[in-house]
Amino acid sequence: MTTLPLHGIAGAAGLALALAVPLGSALAADETPPAVEAANHEPSIESQSWSFTGPFGVYDNAQLQRGFLVYKTICANCHSMRLLSYRNLGESGGPEFSPEEVNAIANEVQVTDGPNDKGEMFQRPARPSDPFHSPFANDAAARVANRGALPPDLSVMAKARPGGPDYIHALLTGYRPAPAGFQLAPGMQYNVAFPGHQVAMPPPLFDGAVKYTDVTNPTVDNYARDVAAYLMWAAEPKLEERHKLGARVIIYLIAFAVIMFLAKRTIWARLHGKAAHTA
Amino acid sequence: MTHTSSYEPSTGIEKWLDQRLPVPRMMYDQFLAFPTPRNLNYWWTFGGILTFMLVSQIATGVVLAMNYVATPSMAFDSVEHIMRDVNWGWLLRYTHAVGASMFFLAAYIHTFRGLYYGSYKAPREGLWILGVLILFLMIATAFMGYSLVWGQMSFWAVTVITNLFSSLDAVIPGLGTRLVQWIWGGFAVGGPTLTRLYSLHYFFPFVIAGIVVLHIWALHIPGNNNPTGIDVKSARDTVPFHPYYTIKDGFALALFALFFATFVFYAPNLLGHPDNYIPANPLQTPQHIVPEWYFLPFYAILRAIPSKLFGVAALLGAIIVLFFVPWLDTSRVRSTSYRPIYKWFFWAFVVTCVMLGYLGSQPPEGIYLVLGRIFTAYYFLFFLVVMPVVGWIEKPKALPGSITESVLGPEEAPPATPQPAPRRRTPEPVL
Amino acid sequence: MADTTDVTPAQIPLPDEDDSSRRDVIMIAAGGFAAVGLGLGLWPLLDQMNPDASALSQATTEVDLSHVEAGQAITVMWRGKPIFIRYRTPKEIDEAKAFPVDDLPDPIARNANLPDDAPATDANRAGKDRENWLVMIGICTHLGCIPKGQAIGDPKGDYGGWFCPCHGSQYDSAGRIRKGPAPQNMAIPPYAFTSDTKVKIG
Repeated sequence: MTTLPLHGIAGAAGLALALAVPLGSALAADETPPAVEAANHEPSIESQSWSFTGPFGVYDNAQLQRGFLVYKTICANCHSMRLLSYRNLGESGGPEFSPEEVNAIANEVQVTDGPNDKGEMFQRPARPSDPFHSPFANDAAARVANRGALPPDLSVMAKARPGGPDYIHALLTGYRPAPAGFQLAPGMQYNVAFPGHQVAMPPPLFDGAVKYTDVTNPTVDNYARDVAAYLMWAAEPKLEERHKLGARVIIYLIAFAVIMFLAKRTIWARLHGKAAHTA
Repeated sequence: MTHTSSYEPSTGIEKWLDQRLPVPRMMYDQFLAFPTPRNLNYWWTFGGILTFMLVSQIATGVVLAMNYVATPSMAFDSVEHIMRDVNWGWLLRYTHAVGASMFFLAAYIHTFRGLYYGSYKAPREGLWILGVLILFLMIATAFMGYSLVWGQMSFWAVTVITNLFSSLDAVIPGLGTRLVQWIWGGFAVGGPTLTRLYSLHYFFPFVIAGIVVLHIWALHIPGNNNPTGIDVKSARDTVPFHPYYTIKDGFALALFALFFATFVFYAPNLLGHPDNYIPANPLQTPQHIVPEWYFLPFYAILRAIPSKLFGVAALLGAIIVLFFVPWLDTSRVRSTSYRPIYKWFFWAFVVTCVMLGYLGSQPPEGIYLVLGRIFTAYYFLFFLVVMPVVGWIEKPKALPGSITESVLGPEEAPPATPQPAPRRRTPEPVL
Repeated sequence: MADTTDVTPAQIPLPDEDDSSRRDVIMIAAGGFAAVGLGLGLWPLLDQMNPDASALSQATTEVDLSHVEAGQAITVMWRGKPIFIRYRTPKEIDEAKAFPVDDLPDPIARNANLPDDAPATDANRAGKDRENWLVMIGICTHLGCIPKGQAIGDPKGDYGGWFCPCHGSQYDSAGRIRKGPAPQNMAIPPYAFTSDTKVKIG
């Protein structure tokens, strides 16, 4: 080749740069939707360190179990998680409760079943295969119980908000007295992390609210952290499996690319051999 | 180019088929022995990558369709069921969703390659037009596919984009509204809309596949373009497609797959929007309705025009203008490598497209709106003014004598390419 | 003017013999990697059709038997299949016990709660310590039809059990095949009585 295809190289470099920037930040922060907000009120969301971020991230089983305890004790009174079933609590890559514990957790809850042969609905203890029991029969009932506000389902909440678990932690620890001059609507609470800074949910956590069974301090900050991690698992139960398979696939593809490059060079070398100039 | 088939059936089955339905001969001639310019660079590997992506999307899409339910009450939940319970469901869903982005990335690179190297110029106008048609069908398919999740973005994107057709009321009163209701199957986006989006989303990729066949056929009549833009002169300028380009395409595909896999396994939601993890609520509009990244440049163009009707016209015009590129560009040489003035305008166009993409993600106000209008203006000026005018007045650089000469250097090569003749007052007919 | 440049593929000269072995290794490696990758990539597309986690978890059904009387039978669904539960009369039990096991077309119990080779005695077919109750999967072992015999007016065949209308298989009051093309006794699912009137299947 007599001339370097500078434009080609420049184009490729530009393209690579344009693609590497989001990729780089993705691999660094990852899993949490980027907290980009161009809203009028910038919510303040601090990045926390989580065990599950990054390409080698995994969940901390003990943390997920504590987080589930927080959800069950506090959040489940108003928030449903209808996309999860009790059996998920025992599956690998999650809190990994034992089968007995899963049974016990399920049996504590009464769910509606039926109709029976008499045509009636009846109550029975939940089984592991049942979806999580919802606190309210429907959205309208939920609104009535919460002064018109609807507590959203939490199954995929960690993926449904920019910032993900960072946001959830910031929200739960973000309650403050309203600053002077801030117009707080009646019944609303001031929160530094919530977009618009006014949220209908009263602060759900306080120190000592949930009895941890391990040595973790029962503080609001820890509750918020643990329940945020739990919600991340609830939204992405396959994260660990995905990371593990990803490592194997990437290694395979790197090896495959190297082999293909060598094969390509071998074949194209035929054009540079002594016989190549005759035709 | 004429070439005789050099295929020799060797086994009994091959001979049997060759007499009745010569598919092996066709495959051999078109994909193994096909004489391909020897100087194709890596920008030429994206056609093969796109074929792989079409197969990948169809394969993952068909199996996803076995588990998806297209009614408003169950659509979102069925996607979550796929993510949580279906064996490998998370992998299939993420591959399909990220795959749409990868498909567009490859398609845009492939299109820019065509623009830069003049691959749309005679005699490849048909090839180019088929390509733009494929792009148009891809846009429709991706739009419909995104709606199937029935998240907040899905629902409101459908509402906003289908509502655009109501702008026709300004042309014929009532026509736009009737058209929109026909599209919706009701008085708002709802169940009937979802089921028809599902049906058409399943159907269109097979139409795309058919047009891809025509696209490759149209390519194989004149043969591939190449980075110099000059025609193949002799067999020395070419190599057989297999093994030279099968292996090179395979290598490029491995790299592309690596890039693809990084997103699927480590950042699967990075290219998406969190609002689509909120189930669709017809009573609540998201704060900022944003399409997927690959639609952002068109979105910026749409919002740059203050009038609804002309905004829609500009949106459609941005794609339709592509069909006319073979006739808008008056240059006598194909490859921008030999067009020193045009080159700057081309790269400005690339910057324009990237900037329009960024601006499409921002609220259409203040500096974002001003810049959006400036870049929209350049987008259309590039096609409608730069291409005809610069091609006419520019003096291109000297072309190499042949493809072989450009690769191996000047030596005993076939006769030099006649340089493009200086302009006469009455131009020669274009062949 | 048509382009008549003849570009019949040139005879590309063969490479030197020396590097052929190295060349072959690379090509074989490349082909092998590609084939393995394709195979591994194909697997999820096929495996996704297998029963998913929620189907696998629907393992148990509880049935309330308090309103079933002697001589009556009910049908419930378990894993998408019909389960025949019959409260047998003493006459039905005696008839089943009387027939020698060795003369049965299928002498194996086919009871998921017992070892695979347990013989098809009436005791091995009926409920443990509850010989009145017969709980079995109501699918004919010939080609999968649902035999008649659950309802009062149904044909029960010559052996007081069930009669399959599709090809004429006849089962006795312990659900064992006696006549007809069916090769095996109707299968007994895993089950256990949680009380005198409640049974848990699966």
